[in-house]
Amino acid sequence: MTAGSAPRSTASSRASRWAVARAPTLLFVAALVVLPLILPNVYYFDVAIRIAINATLAIALNLLIGYTGQISLGHAAFFGLGAYGSAILVAEYHWPPGAALLASAALVGALAYVVARVILRLEGHYLAMATLGLGVIASIALSNEVGLTGGPDGMSVPDFSILGLRVVGEKAWYWVFAATLVAAIVLAGNLVDSPAGRALRALHGSQTAARAVGVEASAFKIRVFVLSATVAAVMGSLYAHYVGFVTPGLAGFPKSVELVTMVVVGGMASIWGSVLGAALFSLAPELLARFEGYETIAFGAILVATMIFLPRGIAPSLGARLWRRDS
Amino acid sequence: MSQFLQLIFTGLTIGATYALAAMGFSIIYNASGVINFAQGEFIMLGGMIAASLVAAGAPLALAVVAAVAAVVAIGLVVAKIAIEPARGADVTTLIIITIGVSMVLRGGVEATMGKGGHALPPFSGDTPIVLAGATMLPQSLWVAATTLVVVAGLALFFERTRLGKGILATAHNRLAAQLVGVDTRRVLTLSFGLSAALGAIGGILIAPIANTSYDAGVMLGLKGFVAATIGGLGSGVGAVAGGVALGLLESMTAGYLSSAYKDAAAFVIVLVILLLRPSGMFGAATSSRV
Repeated sequence: MTAGSAPRSTASSRASRWAVARAPTLLFVAALVVLPLILPNVYYFDVAIRIAINATLAIALNLLIGYTGQISLGHAAFFGLGAYGSAILVAEYHWPPGAALLASAALVGALAYVVARVILRLEGHYLAMATLGLGVIASIALSNEVGLTGGPDGMSVPDFSILGLRVVGEKAWYWVFAATLVAAIVLAGNLVDSPAGRALRALHGSQTAARAVGVEASAFKIRVFVLSATVAAVMGSLYAHYVGFVTPGLAGFPKSVELVTMVVVGGMASIWGSVLGAALFSLAPELLARFEGYETIAFGAILVATMIFLPRGIAPSLGARLWRRDS
Repeated sequence: MSQFLQLIFTGLTIGATYALAAMGFSIIYNASGVINFAQGEFIMLGGMIAASLVAAGAPLALAVVAAVAAVVAIGLVVAKIAIEPARGADVTTLIIITIGVSMVLRGGVEATMGKGGHALPPFSGDTPIVLAGATMLPQSLWVAATTLVVVAGLALFFERTRLGKGILATAHNRLAAQLVGVDTRRVLTLSFGLSAALGAIGGILIAPIANTSYDAGVMLGLKGFVAATIGGLGSGVGAVAGGVALGLLESMTAGYLSSAYKDAAAFVIVLVILLLRPSGMFGAATSSRV
């Protein structure tokens, strides 16, 4: 709509372009602000919080899977290690929660860097196997190092407080996780639109071609892997304080699969797709719980059907269909 | 010394099951490029169906045959309604589809047979055989002998029959196979049936030694994937070697290091091997596919 007045590209037209590009994000923020007024009780707050956590994790993982084409079947390990890092440092060593969160994130980031340097040379199914293996090893270690982690029974985690301010209860935590989700959406959007984002997409298209035009393939892949693992660790720390309890299941293979599922079903290389995927798969267990025993069947069948009929994921496939109808 | 021998026996028994699972992965991978995350459920289904038929009063031999046939039928249905419509999709999409299939199968067993453990009686008693101070269950001999027969049968199938050669040709070059008249779509369906049979046989053989339940397939499937990766995806010789090596490694870890970290050993070794040889021990060889 500003195309006609292009030469007079002034501050006002730039502002309106900014508003158009940001409209979905602004609407989403508005919805997040209004939501607490509608939610009837803490149960719904808890569901909203779980969706926000999963959406943030899925966006970070989508940067890796959707934009660089690298699969990770062990991403829950970073989430679990972040959660246990905070749990152990705060409960056993009495660190302030904020410092514990930063230290866990830094440790997991460093670990992810070492892992990425080594395993991102692998491709396809071999990379899937390697990430899966790392995830399984992490969850076995968490269940067996009973002295440190409490073993399969898990351990409890004290409340989160920063600068004397304690975050307690679903209604307070809602704002924390809403903020992290919005931050993830905005930062991931900026990253995707930056020169680095274009390089990432080039990598997904063809590594050789990307390398030929000067994209440092392995360095990019490593950076995205570390970024995505660090986000998972931070969310793990916050989750541990929110729930007040951690178990080795947080790092397990099923949780990793759940995260990949959210990304793929929502839509690879689509930030809003990840939010949608996370919402669907966090709500599904609540909605299907009444079909006792049959919820796993329903869940699996929905997964297969979505992938057959909408192979690019829900958001991109539906988006493409609407687009065609418009033009 | 007798402890060492004991661990070898245990390792070979479980290793044979892993080898059967790994061959299942390799056959489907060759025919379609798909890693079938539902392979472990085929193993679980074999054991569970046979166990519930025996519990319902069927003679053991009939229960075994019926269970294998049922799982093959399930494998064929899976290929027809879940895999074939998604041909040509991205690797990640196909992985998610097989994960979805595994949930449907696992949930189906949980809903119909419950969460409890099921047992199958040993094929020929449970009087242990003593050999050089180590003991072995007669069932272990059944496992080893059946696996040998299955491996030999598969080798003959792939080398001597038109159908087997068609699968191999599809694995090497799908287009070229189509050009010389191989029905590659039938190859895909067939490979799922064959892998389901291998899984079911493995599950039935091991059920008298380790109890089976609706969720027993997850770890067995992952171990089969590890064994196939160690051997090199798509290599038949590699699958057998990888399975046996993995079984031995696990029982040695449990015996000499730590039984708690037995399951982790598999994943540590696969990482080490992938770093040294990024396509597995036998992955580079193209002529030794079974």
